[in-house]
Amino acid sequence: MKHAPRIMPAGDEAVLVEFAQEIRRETNLWVRALAHRVMAEKPRWLREVVPAYASLLVYYDPGEGGYDKVAATLRALAGDELPGDLPPARQFQIPVRYGGEDGPDLEWVAAKVGMSPDEVIARHSAPLYVVYMLGFLPGFCYLGDLPAELAVERRETPRLSLPAGAVAIGGRQTGIYSLDDSPGGWRWIGRTGVRLWDPRRNPPFLLQAGDEVRFVPV
Amino acid sequence: MEERIGFEVLLPGLWTTVQDLGRPGYQRFGVPASGALDGFALAAANGLVGNEPGAAGLEITLVGPVLKVMAEGLVACTGADLGFSIDGEPAAMWQAHRVRPGQVIAFSGRRFGCRAYIACAGGVAVPPVMGSRSTYTRARLGGLAGRALRIGDRIPAGPLPQGWRQRHGLALPRNLRRYGLPQPVRVILGPQLDRFRAVAVERLLGAPFRVTPQSDRMGLRLHGPRLVHRGGADILSEGVAPGSIQVPGDGQPIVLLADRQTTGGYAKIATVISADLDFLGQAAPGERVTFRAVDVAAAHRLREERRGLLAAVAAFTGTPAGCEN
Repeated sequence: MKHAPRIMPAGDEAVLVEFAQEIRRETNLWVRALAHRVMAEKPRWLREVVPAYASLLVYYDPGEGGYDKVAATLRALAGDELPGDLPPARQFQIPVRYGGEDGPDLEWVAAKVGMSPDEVIARHSAPLYVVYMLGFLPGFCYLGDLPAELAVERRETPRLSLPAGAVAIGGRQTGIYSLDDSPGGWRWIGRTGVRLWDPRRNPPFLLQAGDEVRFVPV
Repeated sequence: MEERIGFEVLLPGLWTTVQDLGRPGYQRFGVPASGALDGFALAAANGLVGNEPGAAGLEITLVGPVLKVMAEGLVACTGADLGFSIDGEPAAMWQAHRVRPGQVIAFSGRRFGCRAYIACAGGVAVPPVMGSRSTYTRARLGGLAGRALRIGDRIPAGPLPQGWRQRHGLALPRNLRRYGLPQPVRVILGPQLDRFRAVAVERLLGAPFRVTPQSDRMGLRLHGPRLVHRGGADILSEGVAPGSIQVPGDGQPIVLLADRQTTGGYAKIATVISADLDFLGQAAPGERVTFRAVDVAAAHRLREERRGLLAAVAAFTGTPAGCEN
């Protein structure tokens, strides 16, 4: 598969590398590969990267490299073959307590999709998900793809406060909240006790884009 | 070391937060950069009181706080003119003032601009979170308990720098100050220019927009002629740079600022250049904003000019020049 990305300025301190406009694991692999290569290469102009579903935003220091130089380097690093040097994704088993106080929307979801709560749990914990990206709030992970039969709409009125470790679903995705007291409109079905954020750790967040996650019911 | 309390908050003002020059490096984890919206003003205030440019100070919005000085030291106020006073007497902005315990810093009312900055010698010494003292209120990160100031808060200050007494009265020459809104604000078109009709670009660059009261540290919400999309406002979420002008379905632009989310799913018609971001932090509700397109090379020259001015401030105040921002 060939994938020449579109490369364009996003202001004067960032370059957007866009591979596609779709949520697909194969596409996301290109994002991860480029992020990995540019972070391994550590060009002097590199400040930070923001991986998303199908694009990578690269912040640069114009004092160390102009736009043309940065764009050319990124085009070369993106290449047109998926790299053989890409390390395998890190895999995490995340224990989750489903339902009850730890997942107050589980019953609602089960009724909505016409399954028993146990069946929802079985299907939610079956796939090996990929962390497509983090965003919305510090440490919030967007994981996919959620089995189609579990896709439900978001709450009309978002919750004002979800606890750290809350696991929720929305559309074809599932998410994990890393920080306490987060607002959120997804359906909250479970909670993990794994510490996802520790400001004294480096990096302070356990999960990053490209990681693979399996939920283990406990 | 014993904690030194710089100020006690008698009245918090409209929205006063602790800010430094931001929390870079964690955007891939969804952590916004945050930091002073007018980074130049904060750096200048820091220089006057002998701090490094990126020390933490107070960012004050439209209506200033009332602060009781708890320890002797120096303060400087820069940015918007909100009527800075010490013990009821008007005090010069862009100047270091020696203060003593019991004195009261207050603001008599806004003359121009939106955000003023107060630096104190030694800096505001709240504990850093992920390398920064900036407050990101939405996730309650950093600053003083992750929130805006409240009545009764006690604001810790760092140790006084060597020779701080000699700085009393040090004033930044006018040619080293920077404030007001340059008209037009300069932008680089894109990255989603193809998601807008030609008339949208004409309107963006031709018509004035007004700053609405819904604006905050996340974004400057503007009102003006509708910026018409081609094929809908939604795109797949992607990283968003500071200054991005995103346009939701209602066609009214939002310029994303320091507390923006790290990713976003609205098409972006243009991006304000880095050299003009400070000015956006000074755009108050009701003010007019116009835009002009420049290319990346021109934006980089303007960025160098701003950095040159920051270096001149550092040289004048005998403080280190910043490396970031």
